[in-house]
This record gives sequence, C-alpha cells and structure tokens, in this order.
Amino acid sequence: MATLKELSHREERFTGGHRLCAGCGAGIIVRQVLFAAEGPVVVGTATGCLEVATTLYPYSSWKVPWIHNAFENVAATISGVETAYRAFKEKGKIDKEFHFIAFGGDGGTYDIGIQALSGALERGHKMLYICYDNQAYMNTGIQRSGATPKGASTTTAPAGKVIPGKMQRRKDLTAIVAAHHIPYAAQAAPHNFMDLMRKVEKALAADGPSFINVLAPCHRGWRHPPEDTLKVSRIAAQTCFWPLYEIVDGRWKLNYKPREKKPIEEWLKFQGRYDHLFKNGGHPELVAEIQADVDRDWEDLLIRCGELPPRERPEEEEKKK
Amino acid sequence: MAKPSLATTKIPLAGNEAAAYAMKQVNPDVVAAYPITPQTELMQTFAQYVADGEVDTALITVESEHSAMSACVGAAAAGARTMTATSANGFALMWEVLYIAASLRLPITMTVVNRALSGPINIHCDHSDSMGARDAGWIQMYAENPQEAYDLLLVALKAAENHDVLLPAMVMYDGFIISHTMEIVETLPDEVVRDYVGAYKPAYALLLDEKPFTVGPLDFHDYYFEHKRQEIEGTEHAPAGLAQAAAEYEKVSGRRYGPLESYRADDADVVMVALGSTAGTARYVVDVLREQGKAAGLMKLRTFRPFPHAEIAEALGNAKCVVVCDRVASFGAFGSPTFTEVRSALYEVPERPLVINYIYGLGGRDTGPDLLEQAFAEGFRVAETGKIEQHVGYLGVR
Repeated sequence: MATLKELSHREERFTGGHRLCAGCGAGIIVRQVLFAAEGPVVVGTATGCLEVATTLYPYSSWKVPWIHNAFENVAATISGVETAYRAFKEKGKIDKEFHFIAFGGDGGTYDIGIQALSGALERGHKMLYICYDNQAYMNTGIQRSGATPKGASTTTAPAGKVIPGKMQRRKDLTAIVAAHHIPYAAQAAPHNFMDLMRKVEKALAADGPSFINVLAPCHRGWRHPPEDTLKVSRIAAQTCFWPLYEIVDGRWKLNYKPREKKPIEEWLKFQGRYDHLFKNGGHPELVAEIQADVDRDWEDLLIRCGELPPRERPEEEEKKK
Repeated sequence: MAKPSLATTKIPLAGNEAAAYAMKQVNPDVVAAYPITPQTELMQTFAQYVADGEVDTALITVESEHSAMSACVGAAAAGARTMTATSANGFALMWEVLYIAASLRLPITMTVVNRALSGPINIHCDHSDSMGARDAGWIQMYAENPQEAYDLLLVALKAAENHDVLLPAMVMYDGFIISHTMEIVETLPDEVVRDYVGAYKPAYALLLDEKPFTVGPLDFHDYYFEHKRQEIEGTEHAPAGLAQAAAEYEKVSGRRYGPLESYRADDADVVMVALGSTAGTARYVVDVLREQGKAAGLMKLRTFRPFPHAEIAEALGNAKCVVVCDRVASFGAFGSPTFTEVRSALYEVPERPLVINYIYGLGGRDTGPDLLEQAFAEGFRVAETGKIEQHVGYLGVR
C-alpha cells in the first residue's frame, strides 16, 4: 500500500474539469480507485451521473481506455472487453497487463443491472466492479431505488401526509454478490480512503471477479451541505449504517469497529431526506425501527466476521427456558 | 499470393450447422451467445468446436441476449472480431444494444434464425423479429437455404468490416424450415475462407490502440445529429461494400450474391417478391405457371438493409402486377414492410406496376405452392383488369 506522499506523485488518470457536482462522492471515489489501480486499466461505466458528467462529447475526463454502452449492461460490456483481452493474450496479440474496472451507480447495479452483474460474476471474468452507491436514481432526479434506505424521502417515494418516504429496506447487495463465491467482495466509503484504496489493490490482485460497494454521498439527494460529503460518509460508518468489511475467499472480515456505536439519529438528522422523521412530531416509531434494523444487521455482521459467537437457534433458546 | 483453390466439399448440413461451420472457419476472436429455439443448435455446434479446440475463439456463455449483445459491443470495441446468433424474443431483448452497436460502428456479425415474436408465444418461423429491427442500422440479408446461410454470413462479415461501411450485419434464415432442414452445402476449404475474410483490422480498439480514448460518450444536440448522419453515410456505402464482398466471394466460390435475384422475371406480367425459404417455393410455382403459359416471375429479395430500391425499380419496372409476400404483420401500417418499401421504390417508374401485398405464414403456418398459386392468380387478375380490389390480403389464414 502506497503512502499518501507516494500517491501524490501518481498520474491523475481522472482529470478535473468534469461536470459532477461540487462535493459529489462519485468523483472522489473514482479518483481514489484509479490512484490505487496501477498499470494499464480499461474502465467501463454504466449510464448515470458519472458517465454523463465526465464524457460530454467532445470532452472526456478519462485518460484511460473507457467505454459506456448502456444503463444495465456495464458488467456484460466489460466482460466482453476482458474476454477480448484473454483472446488477444492467447494469440500473442497483446503483451500489456490490463486491469478491468466497471463503475455503476446503485440504480445500474442493485436494480436494472443486477442480472448482467450476476452473470458476469458467475462466469468468472477477472474484473473489478465498483458500485458507487448514492442510494437513489440521482441522475434522473432522486428516484427511489433498491438501494434507498427505509425512511428516506425520494421523488418517487416522497414523504407525504400518509406515507413517510420509502417503507422498504434496502437490499444487501454486498451479501448478494458474496453469494456468487467470488474471491473478493467488500464494502467501503470515501472518508476512509486508505481502506478503500487497499481494497482496490486487493480486489485487482484477486484471481477472478471482485466487487466493492462504495457509499457515495450525494448532497443533492441526501440534502446535506456539499462540503460535508466525507463527514456524512464517516457518520455512516460510525453509526454502523454502512459498515466497512471485506469477504476474502468466503471469509468475512470487519475492517472498522467504532469504539462506541453512535445512535442512528446522528445519521438521520444530518440529512434533509430524513427531515420528516423528526419535524412536527415526526415518526419516532420509524426511527426506532431503523435503529433496530441497523442493530440487527450489525450483530449479524459481527457474527459473520467472527467478532461475536453465533446466535443460538430459537428452538435452543426455547429449551433453555 | 497463390490463387485460392476452388476445391470445395459437399456435405449435408442443416441451416444451423451451416452457419456454425462458417463461424468455425472464420474463427472469430470472441463469440457471446445465449440459447434460444430455433437458434440453439447453432451455438451448441459452435460450443463443441470450442470445446474440441477446433477454433480458438473465446466463447462467453452469457446469461441473456441483452448481455450477449452488450458483451459483443465490449469485445468489438476492444478490437476483437466478434460474432453471435439469436432468434425472436432473444433478439427483441437485444434491441437497445443493436442500435448502440451500429452507432459505435462495430462490425459485429450475427445470425438471426427467424422465429415469430411473442405474443402469443410461438417457436416457429416468421420474420417479425428481424423485420422489427430494420431501422436499427444493421445490414440485413435473408438466406433462402443452408447454402446461403453459410455463404451470406461470410459475405456479410466482409462487407461489415469494410472501413467505408463499418456497420454490424445480420443474416437471417427461416427457423426450422431452414435451420433444421438438411441440404447438401458446398463449403469452401478453411484456408480459402481464412484468406477471404482476412486478418481483422478494427477501425479502433480499446486494447490495441496506443492512445487511450473514450467510447460511447454523451452526445447532445450539438453533435448527435452529425454522428447519425455519418452512420447513415455508412449505410450508403454498404451496397458498394456488399457488391465488392460478393464479387470477391464469387471468385472463390463461383456463387454470385446480389441484393436481389430475379427468376424468369424479365418478361413476366406478374412478379412475386419473397424473402427466405418461400422464394424456393415461389420458384417452383413460377415454373408450374410458366408451363401453363402464364408469364409469371419471381424476385427474391436478399438484402433488405440497405434496401436496394434502384435495383428493384429496374427489376420490377416492366411487370404489370407485383405480388409482395410478407411473413410479418406491420400493425397499423398500410401493408407490411416489404410491400411498403417495394411500392415506394416503384413510385418513379414510368409505367409503374400495380402492387399488392400478401401476409402469410405467421407463427410458422405452412405456406405451400397452393397458397402461392392463389396469390399469383390474384396477381394475374389485377394485371388483366388493372384494378386492385384489396391491397393487403392474407394467405392461409382461417
């Protein structure tokens, strides 16, 4: 793992001047990922904020070979590039060692792109898929996705007089991906860039498909000050809303354990998308439910990571009584 | 360079086997495909070539046709010679990416084994799948038999890869009727095919070009139109590209493949227009009618995109009545696709023939000589009376 000083001397392969919002999490993540990915790399990007803001013809922010095909198919597209690479290698047409990285937002990954992702993982292409998860369809204007957390207000699941935002839980995509038995899967967040970059290095060194789900704060959708992108990212980890962990060859490992788990209110109250949970009497029962979900998920994760003993089965608990 | 040998082999092959054999001889860098009836046997046959090491193609067994075409786009953009095949609903699932492949000017070659689109679900032949994609920017050729399924795939690939053209190409043949019917196919020796298609020279290649570049950027009102205009120009160059590829193919095979093929049509009063396997049936019916002293002819349409409008005006201009057979319904349109295109092509002919349309064979409904004779009979009635009673009719529907 390179030091910060060493990183500062590495070539910028994702140039500034792109049109991502000031304070956008995605841009920070891409820069960190490309810093960590040394050597030749081909990048594929799903339709979304990252794609539209970085390649407005005739301009491009990418100083690496880059391809965009459509919304739901970046995993399939990059698997085509990677297969061509293997074919060229086999025939001696190419001697460079390439890495292949796909970027998709949560809409393009959790929802419309999950089939293509699942297929590519199962086929075993040597590629790193990075989901920059901003928890809604931000490019089209903050619509709910399978990654939108319970209680958040979006334009298609708005907080109204009767319904207080999205009523369903988000999918656990990282676990879904891990169930493909790929050599490396992880969850990361941009405030802890050393952790993210170490994960990128490990992912690219893996012998097979790898996946990193990276929390990508979006102040337009989350409604927090643009300068607080990394702060909100840190709060997500401190409240255990977004734990940092990795799954190496099926073994779960926790990468960050807060000394004291902060209450979920700290995460919720920091963002305007949860305002309705607290204003005018709010929805304390929903806040309690969200806290209970986080607690349960955190405990499950600790058990999976061997930080806690396995939970007893209900019938065993019953016997003890 | 030594002149390629004309030594050929005659072997019995079903359409799917013929297309797979052509793919084997092309030995593409990458193939991405998904099973669907009636295409499946093509890919099974090809997968066996891969498993037996008879090709060094990297085969991507994708989880859907959408991913098949998406992976083809990725592989082709990387600089690989790329092929695939599909049918019907699988083809429909590719739809979005068909347009992207064409706009990225990636000469992917695909066999489409024609099958009726759902719904209702049906596995048998009609042309509703490929006809629906006639405006997707692909070269489209219809093969009549396994021989053409083999030959046209090679011709289409060569034309697609021509740098003045640079468009993807699809070759169609009729599901089951051709895909599963064995005929004697004359194949070329491997080295002749290899020399004919030549080493692949991509116009751009993500993996091979020194300077990194961006494929598929966002293209707004300030550039989109120009890029589409360039794509149109590619299609305008396609007829010359196809003619050149066909001429070179004739040299190595002795078989000549123009955009259309007339049969006893020069002096015919009534000319039938048909695509695919039905052209074979129509040829037989023309002979029967000629024996009865009736001036019947056939114009088989081989290339549907780009549409050979000038050649059609030339070939059909002297007829009194043209009977266009379409194995597809175009809902809400005045007649089916071949009819509207043929009729439009004849608009400026000095004494233009009357044109009628028959929709036939949907969902694999058998269309024998009797039905085509019925269509011809109406054509002769129109030719004699000069009056069309019904522009669009149906053959063999209850």
